Amino acid sequence: MYKSKYFFLLPGLMVLLAIIIFPLLFTIRVSFSSWDVFQPGLDNIGGKNYGRVFHDARFWQSLVRLSVLSASSVIAQYVLGFALALAVWREMRFRRVLRVLFLVPMMTTPVVMSVVWRTIFHESLGPANDLLGMIGLSVPWLSNNIAAFVSVMIVEVWQWTPFMFLLLLAGLVSLPKEPYLAAAIDGAGPVRTFWQVTFPLMAPISIGAIIIRLIEASKIMDTVYVMTSGGPGTATETSSYYIYIRGLRDFQIGYSAALSLTYLVIMIVSLTIIAKVLVRLLVAKDA
Amino acid sequence: MPLFYRIVKHLCLLLWSAFVVMPFLWALSTSLKDANAITSGATYIPWLQFQPSSQGWRSLFTSASTGIDIVGPFANSAMVTLLASLISLTLGTLAAYGLSRFEFRLGFIKNQDITFFFISQRIMPPIVLAIPFFLMLQQLGLLDTVAGLVLVYIALLMPIAVWVMIDFFAGIPKALDEMAMIDGCTPIGAFFRVILPNSIPGLVVAGMFCIIFGWNDFFFAFTLTFTQTQLLPVAIVSLNSSVTPWWSLSAFALISISPLILIAFVVESYMSRGSLAGAIR
Repeated sequence: MYKSKYFFLLPGLMVLLAIIIFPLLFTIRVSFSSWDVFQPGLDNIGGKNYGRVFHDARFWQSLVRLSVLSASSVIAQYVLGFALALAVWREMRFRRVLRVLFLVPMMTTPVVMSVVWRTIFHESLGPANDLLGMIGLSVPWLSNNIAAFVSVMIVEVWQWTPFMFLLLLAGLVSLPKEPYLAAAIDGAGPVRTFWQVTFPLMAPISIGAIIIRLIEASKIMDTVYVMTSGGPGTATETSSYYIYIRGLRDFQIGYSAALSLTYLVIMIVSLTIIAKVLVRLLVAKDA
Repeated sequence: MPLFYRIVKHLCLLLWSAFVVMPFLWALSTSLKDANAITSGATYIPWLQFQPSSQGWRSLFTSASTGIDIVGPFANSAMVTLLASLISLTLGTLAAYGLSRFEFRLGFIKNQDITFFFISQRIMPPIVLAIPFFLMLQQLGLLDTVAGLVLVYIALLMPIAVWVMIDFFAGIPKALDEMAMIDGCTPIGAFFRVILPNSIPGLVVAGMFCIIFGWNDFFFAFTLTFTQTQLLPVAIVSLNSSVTPWWSLSAFALISISPLILIAFVVESYMSRGSLAGAIR
């Protein structure tokens, strides 16, 4: 009886520990070495790599870029996902069809769809400029700094709004009925009902959904790699992609380990702060 | 006002649907084009705007001459995804059940901390683990093999399985386990005879998510394999960087996402049936 509980937990825990712990410890150790393509091996150079990270302007720029990219696309996903979920929440025609349709993008492989999006954003042969051409516009999608940034954002919104939609719709479906009756008796219109009933009730789910998406968005690299390769210049280079270039392209193993640990710590700290702030902002209001 | 509101709402839904469908339709239309149809600018409707050709689709299955092969990567992707999902689901379900029914203690570490350890693996950016994984698989001689990828994907997918299943087991009343044990089952027997058969909906959802994330991963497949064990996402990216014609790329893209479209229907049907806890009664 007492022993059998380990039968359940230990296999999974041991396997995960074995697969994760070695790489993590190894990364920490390597970050204090000068391992690169010329001198592979574990020597000890103290905190030199971290000093270099501190002065690496390209890394900090990539971090700022990543923050702007993930914050803006996650906000857009949240607003759109919430609007769509509200639209198909109640009975309406074609509801099931629309729900499946709205879910499909998040099931598709990001890299594969990025390849398709790249042809869409092709400047002379793609449909994006063809359609804009009808109103006399032409955008240099992937060769202009800002336009390239926006195209990555568009793809992110296309791919991940469904995820927000899924979580928020699941939340809406499980809301209690009583508060809506009370609001109707008070004679509240749809706008007031939303702000005073739906939105506060949905706050916990909203926070969860936003945090999960921010975690995933902070890792973004596939889409960037395929669509722009970080370019033009470094205009769309995110932190993961920069570390990838340093580590697996330039083979500066020691330095990229220091970069990735710095990145990991910053991610954990800032996501924790964001979660705390969101909880205070959204939950305290209706208390 | 209500009528105006309804019109705006349906217009917005229509616009969003068009945005969602657009890349798929574009890929479908492009996959039917030939060189002429592509270089003459963006066209959309076959027969009307251009003469369709099947070369894009045929090129994927007559691999030798063109260097495009979809059958191999498809088989690899399917094998890696299914094996890793199956192992993650098995280990993850057992661990989730253990965590939801028994108390564990090791110094200051309690159940919540162990649960957090499992789930927090999702926060880890792949890049942090990529280089050690590379060296680790090199040592084990598993670089560029299915077994090596499966090993790495287990770490990627098990947190998802644990996350879904802990939630699910929390919705199954403990009285069910206790009744089975009164009838003479051991805890392990109770799990396999009573709990597991009642957990099919949770297992399906957890399995779906494992398959989605496994099938869609690019980064590890990209850094840990070269030519022997190519998965679909890696194969399409290497085609993308060479001078592969758009028609082949588009057909390739459509084939490689097709299994997941089917999964969207399954997920939706579970969502529409309401909460999972309701499904087991």
